[in-house]
Amino acid sequence: MSRFLPYPLLTVALALTWLLLNAPITPGSAALALLVGVSVPAVMRALQPRAVLVRAPGTLARLAVVVLYDMVRSNVDVARIILGLRRGERRTGFVTIPLDLREPFGITVLSIILTGTPGTLWVQYDSQTGCLLLHVLDYTGGDEWVRRVKDRYERPLMEVFA
Amino acid sequence: MSGAELPLWAAWLVVALAVVGAAFSLTGALGLIRLRTFYERVHAPTLGATLGMALILISSMLLLSLLEGRLVLRDALIGVFLTVSTPVTLLLLARAAAHRDRHEGTPEAPPEI
Amino acid sequence: MSATAVLDWGLGLAQGMLVLAMALAAWRMLRGPRAQDRILGLDTLYLNGMLAIVVHGMRTGSGLYFEAALILGMIGFTATVALAKFLMQGEVIQ
Repeated sequence: MSRFLPYPLLTVALALTWLLLNAPITPGSAALALLVGVSVPAVMRALQPRAVLVRAPGTLARLAVVVLYDMVRSNVDVARIILGLRRGERRTGFVTIPLDLREPFGITVLSIILTGTPGTLWVQYDSQTGCLLLHVLDYTGGDEWVRRVKDRYERPLMEVFA
Repeated sequence: MSGAELPLWAAWLVVALAVVGAAFSLTGALGLIRLRTFYERVHAPTLGATLGMALILISSMLLLSLLEGRLVLRDALIGVFLTVSTPVTLLLLARAAAHRDRHEGTPEAPPEI
Repeated sequence: MSATAVLDWGLGLAQGMLVLAMALAAWRMLRGPRAQDRILGLDTLYLNGMLAIVVHGMRTGSGLYFEAALILGMIGFTATVALAKFLMQGEVIQ
């Protein structure tokens, strides 16, 4: 397993990409997909990337649903702000969030989530202190944003990538 | 132009998805004009890069699948690529802007962390 | 209305909206005021151009435009990353 398939996730992703590009699936393209999926990770081994360990697939699925919902909702929110449909005063501001998540893949996924939900912009992350600087379009005082990021995204991510 | 063999409801569904997606993208571009500071403006194009892009790609996959009579999912690759590349772009841009603003000491510069 | 007419008009409308979005992004790119605004405008221009190509591919019903859209997305990403890197290292700190 580890000898022939050092990165099983990469193998699956590459084979799937190949099949998607060469649809409809024929025996020939399936064989080529398998070849690409097996040979490229073997080359990748020379680069020695860190292996990804995904635990708790249930938590991952729940997180995906939460992120999908938040993405649609924040898209509508930001669209309303841009079109000027929202009444009342709106403030923007920077929020500093001390992250407990240190796993590089977890941080990467968190950056994708925060970018995928408009209204939050990842400005800077300090890997020494673990502090994340975020710009939010709809700033509410206090640590509402800190709690939101920590409860909704960081905690499940820490369960998935440990 | 093809699509004569398509049922009417499918055509309306495809068009609705594409138009709503394009509307989100257009709103994002409008935000580029309407919002006042740079850090506010960076939020705007993500509308097109997330929901706008997703709706248009779903609409395209639906149309091509119906036309060719099989599942055509390769447009999803554009979506995957865009989803992983947009954070890198915006993150680098925001960092560069933060760096310049701090260096010049403009009032809207982000605080140090 | 036949399905063909619905598709032609509807996708044409979507394409028009995306072209308008490209125009707005181009305005921001030309207007500035600062370099980061121009780069942001360029990135939005690329994004909406790519989406417009996808919609054009839907109108013609051919899968040929897929590669064009994918490559445009990749070029846009590379260009924006290079420009942002330049902004960070080429202009402020020598």
